[in-house]
Amino acid sequence: MSSFEYILQQVINAVSLGSLYALVAVGLSIVFGVLKLTNFAHGDVMMVGAFTTVLLIGIGMPFIPALMCGIIGAAMAGFLIERIAYRPIRNAPDVTRLLTSLAVTYILENFGILVFSSSPRNFPLPATLNDSWQLLDGAITFTNINILTLVLTFVSLIGLGWFITKTTLGIGMRAASEDMAAAQLVGLDINRLIVVAFVVASAFAGLAGVLWAAQAGVVQPQMGFTPLLKAFVAAIIGGFGSIAGALVGGFMLGALEIFIVAFLPDEITPYRDAIVFSLLIAFLLFRPGGLLQPNREVKL
Amino acid sequence: MSEARPALLEIQNLQVRFGAVRALKGISLQVKQGEVVALLGANGAGKSTTLRTISGLSRPSAGHILFGGRSIATMPTSQIVRLGVAQSPEGRRLFGSLTVDENLRLGSCTRIDADGIAKDTERMFSLFPILRERRPQLAGTLSGGEQQQLALARALMASPKLLLLDEPSLGVAPLLVKHIFKALAELKQQGMTMLLVEQNMKLALQLADRAYVLRTGSVALEGSSTELLSDDRVAQAYLGAAQ
Repeated sequence: MSSFEYILQQVINAVSLGSLYALVAVGLSIVFGVLKLTNFAHGDVMMVGAFTTVLLIGIGMPFIPALMCGIIGAAMAGFLIERIAYRPIRNAPDVTRLLTSLAVTYILENFGILVFSSSPRNFPLPATLNDSWQLLDGAITFTNINILTLVLTFVSLIGLGWFITKTTLGIGMRAASEDMAAAQLVGLDINRLIVVAFVVASAFAGLAGVLWAAQAGVVQPQMGFTPLLKAFVAAIIGGFGSIAGALVGGFMLGALEIFIVAFLPDEITPYRDAIVFSLLIAFLLFRPGGLLQPNREVKL
Repeated sequence: MSEARPALLEIQNLQVRFGAVRALKGISLQVKQGEVVALLGANGAGKSTTLRTISGLSRPSAGHILFGGRSIATMPTSQIVRLGVAQSPEGRRLFGSLTVDENLRLGSCTRIDADGIAKDTERMFSLFPILRERRPQLAGTLSGGEQQQLALARALMASPKLLLLDEPSLGVAPLLVKHIFKALAELKQQGMTMLLVEQNMKLALQLADRAYVLRTGSVALEGSSTELLSDDRVAQAYLGAAQ
């Protein structure tokens, strides 16, 4: 295999992983934007989406409709979390809000364990989606689920881009992220805005959850933890609360992780996660507003 | 001003507390339909708190706020805007990462009359021509004067019955202050009712029909602008002089 083909393969892998990080990070950033709350339960909303899809495939629903239902299930979970857990403490001190967010995480995870047990289950991906494509005489390989992931990521991100630049509600969401009082003064209905933000963010978590589980081949109640942490890093790198920042951060982190493994000596690759989290600390220390917002402070 | 006109805004014995601090100690004031009323006083006298409370961003601990005869003291801000009270807040509070166009669009977010919105957008561009040139620009990149014009235009896009203005001359170059007050005079001509908070007493009294002078959370003086312009006590209230 020539080095060009090797590099191309790694780029494909990087975009594929990066798009998953971006999907999760975008949702985290949307919620942080309007509520200034780090929603740790976001990873568990991914789990809700993935389990909903797996259950529906299990009773014979085809993959795509089951995926749609997974997204809807996650959106509904987000709606309920906001209404039941976050709304009553919206004006509480930051520590209360942070602890509530952690509590929701544990409640959802334990609920998942109660219903599905903590052991991993196979993700029943249709065989056609596991079919792989070989290019350049087999030097480059990717599967249908890779392609589907990319297509769905880009379609949903374009949809989100349209929503936040062309609709009053979407523009209002960006406005509220910047200045909640001013958003109220122009007459935006803040309750409605926050509900929409949660539903949109959770729908993204649902989509990411299904695609993540489909690529990994397994679902389990704690499956949201790792992607949540990674997306958190991605969002900080890009600029927490900024949707564009989450995208940039997601794809950068995907590229970084793949390239560390692909191009650095084997002795270094076990330290991949250590390198990633060192980067997080470096950003928090030296550029807390992230790449896109160099002067903004981040409060967790 | 003729007493026959009904009060559009009626504030009775309004009190606001921030913890142990009594920011407003029971102020009463009226703004009649078509009138421009100025709120004067030193820093910390409670002018901005009064405007914030009318808009529902602060809540009164006692007293009444009636707008068009309806009590708005406990209404959510968005509903107060819908009833016809728009505010151009202190420090402008524009959405800096949004374009001029997007800021104006959000100003009209409580309305559904697309034709009226388009017409008002054009009106804003003829009132503040510089904004037309800046349409695709991010609001955060505008100069202080341009930002103030955008803040006014954004509030006006709600098509308000009552316009609350908090320090429209703050951080604006003198030449542009003149321009802004000319635009406000034009709005007054067109019959816009305004409640104006302004540090520049002379400018405020030239525009306003009447004024209230606040001192540490209470109304110290009130009267017509011509009366107050020649009253030494106004200047004293500004200096925060104890009496």
